[in-house]
Amino acid sequence: MAYEVELKNINKHFGDFKASDNINFGVKKGRLIGLLGPSGSGKTTVLRMIAGLETPDSGDIFIAGQRVNDITPGKRGIGFVFQNYALFRHMTVWENIAFGLNVKKEDKEVIKKRVAELAELIGLSKFTDRYPMQLSGGQRQRVAFARALAPSPGLLLLDEPFAAIDAKVRKELRSWLRDTIHKLGVTSIFVTHDQDEAVEVADDIIITNKGRVEQAGTPAEIYQKPLTPFVADFIGESVHISDYTIFKGFEEEGEDHPGIIRPEFIDIGIDEKEILMPLSSERGVVKGTYFRGSNVEVEIEVKGVILRGNRSLEKPPLKKGDKVFALIHRIYSFSGGKTAVIENKSKRKEYVII
Amino acid sequence: MSEKTVKYFLIFVGALFLFTMLILPLTLVAFEAFAKGYDAYIAAISEPFSQKALYLTIEATIIAVVLNTAFGLASAWLLTKYDFSGKTVLGSLIDLPFAISPVVAGLFFIMLFGRLSPFYPILSEYEIAVVFAVPGIILATIFVTFPFITRELVPIMETQGRAEEEAAATMGASGFTIFRKVTLPNIKWGLLYGIILCAARAMGEFGAVSVVSGHIRGKTNTLPLHIEILYNEYNFTASFAVASILVFLAIIILVLRNAVEWRAERSGKYGL
Amino acid sequence: MRKVIPGFPFTLGLTMFYLSIILLLPLAAFVFFAGGMGWEKFVAKATEWRIVHGYIISFACALSAALINSVFGLILAWTLVRYDFPGKRVMDGLIDLPFALPTAVAGIALTTLYTENGWLGQFFYAIGVPTAFSAVGITIALIFVGIPFVTRSVQPVLKDLDRQTEEAAMLLGASKWLTFQKIIFPELVSPLLTGFALAFARGIGEYGSVVFIAGNKPFETEIAPLLIMTELEQFDYQAAAAVAIVMLSISFISLLAINGYQRYRIGRRGV
Repeated sequence: MAYEVELKNINKHFGDFKASDNINFGVKKGRLIGLLGPSGSGKTTVLRMIAGLETPDSGDIFIAGQRVNDITPGKRGIGFVFQNYALFRHMTVWENIAFGLNVKKEDKEVIKKRVAELAELIGLSKFTDRYPMQLSGGQRQRVAFARALAPSPGLLLLDEPFAAIDAKVRKELRSWLRDTIHKLGVTSIFVTHDQDEAVEVADDIIITNKGRVEQAGTPAEIYQKPLTPFVADFIGESVHISDYTIFKGFEEEGEDHPGIIRPEFIDIGIDEKEILMPLSSERGVVKGTYFRGSNVEVEIEVKGVILRGNRSLEKPPLKKGDKVFALIHRIYSFSGGKTAVIENKSKRKEYVII
Repeated sequence: MSEKTVKYFLIFVGALFLFTMLILPLTLVAFEAFAKGYDAYIAAISEPFSQKALYLTIEATIIAVVLNTAFGLASAWLLTKYDFSGKTVLGSLIDLPFAISPVVAGLFFIMLFGRLSPFYPILSEYEIAVVFAVPGIILATIFVTFPFITRELVPIMETQGRAEEEAAATMGASGFTIFRKVTLPNIKWGLLYGIILCAARAMGEFGAVSVVSGHIRGKTNTLPLHIEILYNEYNFTASFAVASILVFLAIIILVLRNAVEWRAERSGKYGL
Repeated sequence: MRKVIPGFPFTLGLTMFYLSIILLLPLAAFVFFAGGMGWEKFVAKATEWRIVHGYIISFACALSAALINSVFGLILAWTLVRYDFPGKRVMDGLIDLPFALPTAVAGIALTTLYTENGWLGQFFYAIGVPTAFSAVGITIALIFVGIPFVTRSVQPVLKDLDRQTEEAAMLLGASKWLTFQKIIFPELVSPLLTGFALAFARGIGEYGSVVFIAGNKPFETEIAPLLIMTELEQFDYQAAAAVAIVMLSISFISLLAINGYQRYRIGRRGV
């Protein structure tokens, strides 16, 4: 299937800093994409190059099948929502939304209808004569969204759309934005450094690091099958292990066996009854417990390594110094620079015995 | 010393300093201007040479302000909305007149258009007089005042960033539309402020204009130059009478300046 | 590279065209003319005692005036930012008067004020200080033109200063004066220097306010810009150019030195 947006071999430097290192990816029509990466990973640069706000040093950018490298931002048919919204501060909400249509010299009646429609969509019909300074962060964000959508762009680009909003409003806005974009069916790419946000909002996630694309896929794919150590580490919570072969069920020949263990890979039990397969479990000592709202995070020391696991609030509470069983179900191995999921081998044996 | 004593002492010192250095000279101008009575005052300022000088000052000021405004907007836009090599050099070049004595600036124009200039034969063949004529006065005034508006606008535009302009560009607006609809409303108070500063300096410029004018009464005399001539002729009353016109203009400029600042502060608070 | 915001060629063209006509062309004419003079002639003209005396007077008076303005400018900035008192707004507005008042007006007013029978001059002459037609008079005129520079440089920095560091110092037991010395003043050095440099550069080149009060006696109160005028009136263009070159050098070197020092300070403090 043809892509709506496609980047081919994109490179971009800022002085000595390599912002984009041979970037390739495609986005299908109607998809909502999250460009996820730590700050400085080059994700905003990618977005700005698609918009035409930056020029790549080399490589091609296609939008709707057309090479757009030499097309000015205004002619690419995109809508852009800036990180700090970049609302025109001396224009009212109405004038802000109408700006793009006025530039296109649309018919007055058409503009009026379209702006009213969008004001309705963002729930600010009553505030159209207000100035940006008189709105809350969430309201400004929605105005920026409506302004970008007004000229009916084929592609919507959003740069850290939730970064400047209070935590509480952010949650509501995320689901609102996702639902609205899906309802409109406009192909969209948003940039974020917050994995929860990417997972919750995006259909597909593209993970960037040091100017490269590390992995692209649905949130579930990326979570379950991280292709690179960076992705495994970046997505979800993780504890680094320098040599995983010390643990029961993960014995292997050779050297250099680094890996990571996520809290959800470990079951922690106070006695044998709580753990299904005690023979495959390690013995550990509780180092600390941290209440996390819906569960308790337990820090344990096993064979000199600190691991973290979650424990249900329903189960008897643990305290510092308790001796516990820890069953490690699986580990992400980085042996030889490749990521692989390794299952606990002794678990299988124990299963056979039972 | 208690804190209160320090406070009142410092306020007293500051106020005394401003009183002797600023208020007294202003009062003196008014006092001397009317030293020989109201009729002498009116006669001095309505004398034809004074009138001519006033018109020339207004002419030079208006031309300098209009051209410098165009330049100031273009250069400030250039320096803040684009990245290009040589930007720092360009910025320093624009600041250059601040480091050049107005008298030296006047000398530049004598060298460029005066009798020793390589252009002089051509200019004289077509009977174009620049030096010791009105065009020279205008050029010298422009030279001394052209950085003011750029200087005023660049920091404002730098703080405001490029995002609004970029947003407008992604929607396909032309450069002129972006300037008129997005940038100009954001910088209007700063621009007005710069224009006021530029006008103040232009109408008062003395050194540079003095070099290029040739002091031809009724032709190339601006108000400040006319004041000098009257003063050197020991015609103090007339000199101070003419000076009082400039004092009056200066006070208007100060009031305007403060009004603009006040308005800009207020608009900053409400974002309008 | 393509620019995002349209209008680059137009603004670049307009800016360069204007700069060329107003600044670069006259500058080039001057350099061309001055270059044609030759080194020996330049040295001969530029080192005449009368002319050297002019630089010294200009330099010394500009320096004293800038120093005096630094002290009063700091006091004014401090009172305007930290204290509330009736008439504060007027005082604040008045500081810019030297920017708005034509220098010739200031010149004749100050001269009349400080002559032997002047409102203020009589007191100075009574204690044996001739204020008009002397280096003191030149300094007074240069103080007048330089008043706004230091105040306007220091004021915004003082306003934006984080009051919490002062409060922290005082909670640690520092006195008001010690807090000023150790906490506030170091922050003000940079704007003070900037204001000082601007006032000094303005003073070196100032003409209008000075010619009246200076009296223009050769070897006594002739300032450098006046020497250029005098040479021009005698049609000695080369001498005028020679003086101009020295003046330009002094201005540039002092501005560069201040800039360099500022950079060094910033580099050392890692700001």
